[in-house]
Amino acid sequence: MIDGYFSLYQTRSVNERKFSNFGKTEIGMQKTGFIPAIPDFTLTPRIDQVGAEERASRFTKRSIKKESKVNGLKLVLNMIDLTTLEGKDTEGKVKQLCYKAMHLHDALPGLPTVAAVCVYPTMVRTAKKALLDSGIKVASVATAFPSGQASKEVKIKDTKYAVDNGADEVDMVISRGKFHAGEYNYVYDEIAEIKEACGEARLKVILETSDLITFDKIRRASDIAMYAGADFIKTATGKVQPPSSMPVALIMLEAIRDFYYKTGRMVGMKPAGGISKAKAALHYLVMVKEVLGEAWLNNHWFRFGASSLANDVLMQIMKEKTGVYQCASYFSVD
Amino acid sequence: MEKEIKKSSLSVSENGIEKKISPKRLEVLKTYKIYIGGQFPRTESGRYYVAVNAAGKQLANVCLSSRKDFRDAVVSARNAFAGWSERAAFNRGQILYRMAEMLEGRKIQFTDELMQQDVPKAKAEKEVNLAIDRLIYYAGWCDKYQQVFSAVNPVATSHFNFSVPEPTGVVSIIAPQEDGLLGLISVVAPVIAGGNTCIVLASGSKPLCAVTFAEVINSSDVPGGVVNILTGKVSELSSWFVSHMDVNATIYCEKDSTVQKMMQDKAALNVKRVIFYDKINWNTDEGQSPYLIMDTQEIKTTWHPIEHIAGSGGGY
Repeated sequence: MIDGYFSLYQTRSVNERKFSNFGKTEIGMQKTGFIPAIPDFTLTPRIDQVGAEERASRFTKRSIKKESKVNGLKLVLNMIDLTTLEGKDTEGKVKQLCYKAMHLHDALPGLPTVAAVCVYPTMVRTAKKALLDSGIKVASVATAFPSGQASKEVKIKDTKYAVDNGADEVDMVISRGKFHAGEYNYVYDEIAEIKEACGEARLKVILETSDLITFDKIRRASDIAMYAGADFIKTATGKVQPPSSMPVALIMLEAIRDFYYKTGRMVGMKPAGGISKAKAALHYLVMVKEVLGEAWLNNHWFRFGASSLANDVLMQIMKEKTGVYQCASYFSVD
Repeated sequence: MEKEIKKSSLSVSENGIEKKISPKRLEVLKTYKIYIGGQFPRTESGRYYVAVNAAGKQLANVCLSSRKDFRDAVVSARNAFAGWSERAAFNRGQILYRMAEMLEGRKIQFTDELMQQDVPKAKAEKEVNLAIDRLIYYAGWCDKYQQVFSAVNPVATSHFNFSVPEPTGVVSIIAPQEDGLLGLISVVAPVIAGGNTCIVLASGSKPLCAVTFAEVINSSDVPGGVVNILTGKVSELSSWFVSHMDVNATIYCEKDSTVQKMMQDKAALNVKRVIFYDKINWNTDEGQSPYLIMDTQEIKTTWHPIEHIAGSGGGY
């Protein structure tokens, strides 16, 4: 499926000729104790689109029933970044979301909580306070989400603001305009600088795959993000149509796999946008297991960015438990 | 292999051997599929049963719907409910009238299908006519039953108090086994006239008209999901029809008391309405009534504060 796999990685000297401004980047990298050999991103593997689509469709044909289904669904719940990213968000809305994150469905004891709550930077403090010592993380979008059309200084400030307010994780967007213009250095440096601004917080890099258009570019952006220090790569903001698809996620998972083989460093994955059904979420788990392996099957390395997915998963779990199909009215609003 | 067809003699030459072929045209048979959300899918289970007439002649392969088809149909019905119930009552009436118009234009097809299913010609024609008239009947009632069954209630406080019927929601229906067309229309029409959406299990023994009626619905401006039609076994599906938490009422038209008891038990889960039409003769006028609309309505009473009320002299 992927050509040119072995010709991808270049020596450092070759790269230094092509990429001259890595000064700041390396300081950022050293903080995490990770200095990768930076490849020439113009040479990232090309993707066979038909092959990727066909392969992704096969993951949807596994039969997962009964107990393994329930276990899978509980795992999905535990991987959700419960998200509210609306212009109309209020503190009340965020508090309500945090309560839901901690009490998914009290009628059914023994459920896990979600992994994190994902909000705008201005809501981080509210969320942090509401979640107390529940163990649920607070993720904040930053860097002029969702467009990313702001100066680097503003983006760094935005990130620092979120982290200073207590964000455990930062979801940044890449500069798609710069990426399309071929300014990979800019995109790379920006990610590295945001990573530095994050400090201890884990950085998720949103590629906004619908904006990148081709599968080749999605793979290239994935590579840039991971080499620049991303802890997670994330498909989409959820604000652009069409939402991310399984083939897109497959390409990103393969990029993570190749990166791991090359550098020995694990990078997490977060598909977001358009995953609202439990069945689709299970398909993603199958894909992660079969592409990356079980090491990634936990919420440290895999997340779902979603708002309505949680309720559908809860309804499926209740269906398995009670034997009758469920009604959304009996579950808390999200 | 050399094969040629000569137009003039209607004979085929195959390996030099002349064969006469019949001039009779090979009929194109209809695939009887189910109707969910305005689409005609096959059952997700991939199962079929053979519908036969009394003489044992095979009429069609009919979908043997599964609980998952029902599940999908409930999702469609629920999604369609807001739009259908909020539509102007007059417009719902227009759409029911349109269904009658479409049915009128396909009278011959329905009569023919009923006759294939052992209904004598005269009776089949009567049944189709009655079915059309029944749609017209409920088309008329769409914007009138509210006036008949609403009330302004006398209260002793300074409130304007009134009660109006509102649709109950998603209704699952197990249609009468006899009267494949008329029975189906007689139970579906009052439900949708009242602004509900429904999933209906057609007669198992006489399913052909139900599937063809779905084509009528599909060409009558009825939004997808308002009526969903499944074919299959009552014994397999009845418990799912009544246990689904997202269904607000269930209608059952047979006399089987074991099934009735089971339905009442399972309906308690989310306090569904369970309605049994086991004594109605759909071929007579007792098969149509605004009270049948009211069976799937809820009465909402509003207490609206007002400044003065006659006699009380009280201000709010």
